[in-house]
Amino acid sequence: MARGSIPILRVGDNLLVTVQTDLHDAVAEAFQEDLLAAIEKTGAAGLLIDVTGLDIVDSYVARVLADTAKMARLMGTDTVIVGIRPEVAATLVRMGYTMSGVRTALNVDDGLAMLPARR
Amino acid sequence: MSDQVLSRDDLPVTTEGDVVTVRRRAQAVAQARGLGTFAVAAVTTAASELARNTLTHGRGGDASVEAVARDGRQGVRLTFRDQGPGIADLSRALAGGFSTARSLGLGLSGSRRLVDEFDIDTTPGKGTVVTVIKWARF
Ligand SMILES: Nc1ncnc2c1ncn2[C@@H]1O[C@H](COP(=O)(O)OP(=O)(O)OP(=O)(O)O)[C@@H](O)[C@H]1O
Ligand SMILES: [Mg+2]
Repeated sequence: MARGSIPILRVGDNLLVTVQTDLHDAVAEAFQEDLLAAIEKTGAAGLLIDVTGLDIVDSYVARVLADTAKMARLMGTDTVIVGIRPEVAATLVRMGYTMSGVRTALNVDDGLAMLPARR
Repeated sequence: MSDQVLSRDDLPVTTEGDVVTVRRRAQAVAQARGLGTFAVAAVTTAASELARNTLTHGRGGDASVEAVARDGRQGVRLTFRDQGPGIADLSRALAGGFSTARSLGLGLSGSRRLVDEFDIDTTPGKGTVVTVIKWARF
């Protein structure tokens, strides 16, 4: 996946990004940079990361997602990760990776409801 | 272990892309052997963690992805081999929360909990071989 190719949608005061490809090495860094740049540009109140398309999340990808949420938080934007599949949730917990400190929701609608509009 | 080997793929683990290839192969074989959704996710994730360890800690190596049978059961067996530095303190590495890469140190301990059988053979200065099996349930 090339740089800047992850579609970032505006939904009200929030940004919605749908992850479909594996977030590995260079892709992961580009993903973070693109998202942070979009937050700066739009002044988004919140960020939703939809991971419904990920059939596995290993510790590397889990860390990329958690780090991205922390980076957004430093900029003043709240992140909610939505759509973690049942088998992914089970696998992460069994591995001992609970993604603590990261807000999650079942789906995009629930995630949006967790993000208060800025204005 | 005298498991019957039904199929075998040998794959290099020398690049980031190889990690993805090994993982996808493990996933496909697990699905083909009738593992359920949760078991497929578990063994695929273990494949990803172990292949990444081979690449980053073992300085690269190779992997075998096999379909195996034992006592009428079928499953997937993964073997990761490298000739890297080996693991000096194995019990500490297996306990989890220990990393020489300033990471979380969950890959090895986590993988162990995700599979049905886990075997590791490591010699400091010589290398590491990790073998895991995940069985289909009936
Ligand atoms: N193939 C290997 N060769 C040499 N050392 C290894 C190998 N696999 C694991 N280790 C050692 O065991 C430690 C624990 O491995 P583990 O995968 O649990 O953690 P990690 O790779 O450091 O972090 P992560 O949580 O990102 O996987 C590693 O830090 C490394 O020192
Ligand atoms: Mg690891």
